[in-house]
Amino acid sequence: MQSRRLLPVLTCLLMLATGVAAQTLRIGLAEDPDVLDPTLARSFVGRIVFSALCDKLFDINQNLDIVPQLAAGYQWSADNKALTIRLRPNVTFHDGEKMDAAAVKYSLERHKTMPGSNRRGELAPLASVDVVDPLTVRLNLSAPFSPLLAQLADRAGMIISPKAGAAEGDKFGAKPVCAGPFRFVERVAQDRIVLERFPEYWNKAAVHFDRIVYLPIPDSTVRLANLRSGQLDFIERLAPSDVPQLKGDARFRLTKITEIGYQGITINVGKSELAQKNPLGRDPRVREALELALDRDGIVQVVMDGEADPGNQWVAATNTFYAKNVPMPARNVARAKALLKEAGVPNPSFTLMTPTTADAQRIAQVVQAMAREAGFDVKILSTEFATSLDLADKGQFDAYVLAWSGRADPDGNIFSFDACKQPLNYAGYCKPEVDDLLNRSRTTLDTNERRKLYADLAAIVLKDRPIIYLYHRHWLWAYTSKLDGLQAIPDGLVRVTGLRFK
Amino acid sequence: MLAYVVRRVATIVPTLVFVSILIFGLQQLLPGDPAMVLAGEERDPAVIAHLRETLHLDKPFPVRYFYWLRGVIHGDLGESLRMQQPVRALIAEKLPVTLELACIAIVIALAIGIPAGVVSAVRRGTAWDYGANIVALWGLSTPNFWLGIMLILLFSVTLGWLPASGYVSPFENWRANLASMLMPAFVLGNAIAAVLMRHTRSAMLQVLSSDYVRTARAKGVRERDVVLKHALRNALIPIITLGALEFGTLLSGAVLTEQVFTIPGFGKLIVDAVFNRDYAVVQGVVLFTATAYIVLNLVADVAYAVVNPRIRVS
Repeated sequence: MQSRRLLPVLTCLLMLATGVAAQTLRIGLAEDPDVLDPTLARSFVGRIVFSALCDKLFDINQNLDIVPQLAAGYQWSADNKALTIRLRPNVTFHDGEKMDAAAVKYSLERHKTMPGSNRRGELAPLASVDVVDPLTVRLNLSAPFSPLLAQLADRAGMIISPKAGAAEGDKFGAKPVCAGPFRFVERVAQDRIVLERFPEYWNKAAVHFDRIVYLPIPDSTVRLANLRSGQLDFIERLAPSDVPQLKGDARFRLTKITEIGYQGITINVGKSELAQKNPLGRDPRVREALELALDRDGIVQVVMDGEADPGNQWVAATNTFYAKNVPMPARNVARAKALLKEAGVPNPSFTLMTPTTADAQRIAQVVQAMAREAGFDVKILSTEFATSLDLADKGQFDAYVLAWSGRADPDGNIFSFDACKQPLNYAGYCKPEVDDLLNRSRTTLDTNERRKLYADLAAIVLKDRPIIYLYHRHWLWAYTSKLDGLQAIPDGLVRVTGLRFK
Repeated sequence: MLAYVVRRVATIVPTLVFVSILIFGLQQLLPGDPAMVLAGEERDPAVIAHLRETLHLDKPFPVRYFYWLRGVIHGDLGESLRMQQPVRALIAEKLPVTLELACIAIVIALAIGIPAGVVSAVRRGTAWDYGANIVALWGLSTPNFWLGIMLILLFSVTLGWLPASGYVSPFENWRANLASMLMPAFVLGNAIAAVLMRHTRSAMLQVLSSDYVRTARAKGVRERDVVLKHALRNALIPIITLGALEFGTLLSGAVLTEQVFTIPGFGKLIVDAVFNRDYAVVQGVVLFTATAYIVLNLVADVAYAVVNPRIRVS
């Protein structure tokens, strides 16, 4: 009789327990990710989904240090041309296959050779991969390459199941199979991406949700409305103007992280003949005058509601590679006017091209107003992003408001922008001594030595000013105060391991 | 009759060819290199070269058009490079969502517009009339995106009655589906309701002053029956035609509403595709829409011909 009475109680308790356990985390994304194939993926927002789906050989922590993920340890050869990686044992992919040295070799070679691979450039110095034993691989490089570990801590280091990779080919992204804490369930384009807990995950104790649903909601007001109405638990990229709405509301919390990227103005100094026709592109003194005319704190206040760190370099002042020998100049309109006079153009005129995003347009307007005080006549050309990119690539611009999402290693923030003829060098900047320093910074593994090289680089590049750096945005994450265990990592990617509801 | 239908169908082919050239040509006029946009932030030259080859951007315009047309004739609208899904599958997935949204919106528009128009006509010159006119004017002049955000703030954030955005399939949960559709459908139907109200009002005024209505009143028919049974029925004919015409407007109006409410429909598909320079999607969606319009027109023409023999002869 007593057991009969107990039965409903036990059932209720069981239901309650499963109810508590069956938890879903709903994350609002600012964009719809592109293809979910680590080899082909291109977007920043896709990397957020990957951080739950595909583990990498390495990861970065709050201090941008490289920490092992699928790797258990690593060692450089004496000549720094080979990297031996020991792998974590007993790791399986979502399809039950073993994650071993052969899988690492397969994935890295896929990154290197697949047509349309976006990882090929990141792994350019990787010549071959040897399987030393089932849990050890050796990466042989054509030359020492210090950013390699940082590359392997991003999509280039994501290891996929060779079985699924071979079966799906270039359609792998429709049903990705990796070794992350969550496995793929379904995707409805422009609507949602659903992942579920992978029970055999190597670090399953750190996984506290059964499902994650990513919902792309491009409008930041609507994204916030979803959070406030309880339909989302977490949103990324809260608009700075919405911060006051959440402050003082105990139901929500806000995390701010200074990004590893930057916002800046790229100046055409040699991309086309236009560079020589405009005093801004022709004369470094005019560019210096422009920088001196700008008040970065003012720009941050007006454009970002204070939600950014003013900056004058490709990395933020808190970064270990920040060149202290080139501090951020204060606004000095008198000096700017003097420089313009010295250059023989007291009232230079140039067109500032900007994409149509609200931030970029506000930057252009503030720059226009500030530069006018020094004598500049700035015309704003506001154009849709794809068009602006095309014009920039063809060198049909004087100056261009352009942001970069940033990479963990400083090389990712400068090499492709300042080395001669690199794809992102819209400025058309090219100096043999800069190329030499950039290449040396890539081949030395010693952090102190690299710091010195970056200081030398800063002394040249920040004087030539192919890019005037303005600020480093804050990643603004808003989430329900029930959520605990958030890791604030500067790359702006949401790590779901360790996250739980209180 | 058969000859007429054959003649009309025959005109579809050159029309569609012309439309396809127009779609393809206009797309090429879009500034910006699609390969550069699709190559993502890194813009690796090898990736750009690969994309150019995949998209046949390295070939001259007529060759590209031929490749595309060949696919279309075989029922292959191409593949979205960004989403890696066949365009046909994307259309099949998104179209029902927008159709559902438009249907609910038209129901809302009719439910608001017709009664408001009737009341306004019957109580002409009173506060009811002015009130309805003010509401109609407001409905016409309120931008969709603003109204959408305001409704989200009221019904989702403050009251918590409806989901702020997103879409749930009716086959998954019909209640959640209706809840997710209500606000966007209202926003979309709101402007149409205003148009319908204005037309209902003028049609009703005309009918109410006609002889048979006076006769009905003289015979002692109750005023309610005069209005609803005698007048409204006649006044409704042009309104229904107008409603059908406005349905087309709704499909295009859905573009903005779907953006605000993040509804994964046809409108959002095409807007995102244009910004991402996902050529195959833009071409496929526009061609599909154009074909649908042409075919529907044909059906209407044939239906008219069936009803009215004079059309067949001419």
